Amino acid sequence: MKRSLMGRLWPNLVAVVLFIFCVFPVYWMFATAFKPTVDIIAEDPVWFPTDATLEHFRTAMEVDHFWTMVGNSLTVTILAVLFSLIIGVTSAFALARMRFKGRRGFIIGFMLAQMAPWEVMVIAIYIIVRDADMLNSLIPLTLFYMVMILPFTLLTLRGFVAAVPRELEESAMVDGCTRMQAFRRVILPLLAPGLMSTSLFGFITAWNEFPLVLVLNKEADAKTLPVWLSSFQTAFGDDWGATMAAASLFAIPILILFVFLQRRAVAGLTDGAVKG
Amino acid sequence: MTVQKTERPPSGPTEVQTLDGGPRPTGPRRSPGRLAGLTPYLLLAPAIIATLLLLGWPLVNNGILSFQNLNMRQFILHLTEWNGIDNYKEVLSSEDFWRVTGRSVAFTAVNVVLIMMLGTMVGLLLARLGRKMRTFLLVGLVLAWAMPVVAASTVYQWLFAQRFGVVNWVLAKIGFESMADHDWLATQYSTFFVVLLLIVWMSIPFVAINLYAATTTIPKELYEAASLDGAGAWKQFTQVTLPYLRPFLYATTFLEIIWVFKAFVQVFTINEGGPDRLTEILPVYAYIEGMGNQHFGMGAAIALLTILILLAITSFYLRIVLKQEEDEL
Repeated sequence: MKRSLMGRLWPNLVAVVLFIFCVFPVYWMFATAFKPTVDIIAEDPVWFPTDATLEHFRTAMEVDHFWTMVGNSLTVTILAVLFSLIIGVTSAFALARMRFKGRRGFIIGFMLAQMAPWEVMVIAIYIIVRDADMLNSLIPLTLFYMVMILPFTLLTLRGFVAAVPRELEESAMVDGCTRMQAFRRVILPLLAPGLMSTSLFGFITAWNEFPLVLVLNKEADAKTLPVWLSSFQTAFGDDWGATMAAASLFAIPILILFVFLQRRAVAGLTDGAVKG
Repeated sequence: MTVQKTERPPSGPTEVQTLDGGPRPTGPRRSPGRLAGLTPYLLLAPAIIATLLLLGWPLVNNGILSFQNLNMRQFILHLTEWNGIDNYKEVLSSEDFWRVTGRSVAFTAVNVVLIMMLGTMVGLLLARLGRKMRTFLLVGLVLAWAMPVVAASTVYQWLFAQRFGVVNWVLAKIGFESMADHDWLATQYSTFFVVLLLIVWMSIPFVAINLYAATTTIPKELYEAASLDGAGAWKQFTQVTLPYLRPFLYATTFLEIIWVFKAFVQVFTINEGGPDRLTEILPVYAYIEGMGNQHFGMGAAIALLTILILLAITSFYLRIVLKQEEDEL
């Protein structure tokens, strides 16, 4: 009897421990960001920010060029996602709906491209961009981020296009639509969830990208937020409150998107299962 | 970044809209002959051109650079000095390169073994938990998964900070007095420990959640049949669960190997490969040699060798994935 109670109990206990292991770093980031400095450097850690303050956020946001870098990050990320969606959706349509020579090869090629070792290519990219006289510009970043997220976008959208029943498209064409119109009026609206989740994934990748911007954009007003954050602690000594506020500011958009995305992704999965 | 195995082919008959046959209605397009055959290529063209230009060309250029003597001087004066395979000779005969390669392999192995073992265990735990507890744990996993890398590594620096870091405080409290002011980033192994913990922490959710999702697809009848045959819990696990999950586990393991092997961001942001360049793994080594020390040609050679290693691993991964979705291509 006792044993079966234990048998039911231990998975839950382990789950609680794991939950703490997963969440504590995230919690500690926010907790530190809101604590007054006295509590941060207290001899014994203050576990809950009882008298919360926004002072550290103010410090982080008053750093030179902060808003420029927010602008840079947003510009680069949003444009890259937008371009890769536009390019990706047409290719996805071709790969999902048409039969042509080399189709399999293209798919494998994009799968390979998805695993491209961008971290290792920074030297070559640096030389190319330098020779094009485009260092410290947002254009190369946007373009490279676009290609970075393109394979994932394209391959995922291919799945979503394939899940749209062919009959819908055909009946639209029987009703006198061209293939283009059928695509625009029938498939595209049905792709909305797919476009949503792939673009969120793309957004996260581009927003977090670090090695390329580290190499290409060294001038303060050309940087994006990841580089800003990684050098923040060095620049501010041991001001952990401000550093954690900076990390929070950087992480919050992604955490919010991810919660949203998780629901979408699960919904997409079950949709696929029903149709498959 | 998910394993590309969730897609399902359309259920309908895969009839093909061919050039001039097929149920094409009276569309306004006049000459469907030649042009229609080109349509898929035209639709693909932007993606292919962009990928070739911005991914293919840097790769080729990396190869070209690796045969050049390209240091500070040549870089500033825009000189092209070929030096054949000198860079490779120098890299391959240097002790440093082999030490870093060995370190990278060991680093990857330890990380991936831990990630896969713990991730699988957490995934199986998820399958075993009740509904409420499962959702609870999933929320935690998703939070850790979602945390941006650079933000996470900043937080880990703070957790392991020499002064006021919460880890040192806890260790001192539970009896390791000497850890009170321990500087984690002062030695090679303790720096690696922090990086390892960071990577394992951020990788477990992916493995666990996907593995849990995979277990939900195992048909219940298999377990019923196994228990009718008198198989106990352990036997059911080894005879039903494990074989069913094997392809998934293979694919995930290779994916993790690739990701950990090129874990530039984590290693670099925690301690920039220090102390004394002792925690450099191959991508960081290429970066420090190439960008930091301005030996661009040399860095390119190291990068190319790294890419070759990665390519070999990736091709193994692709073989597994392609086998899984053979029918879809």
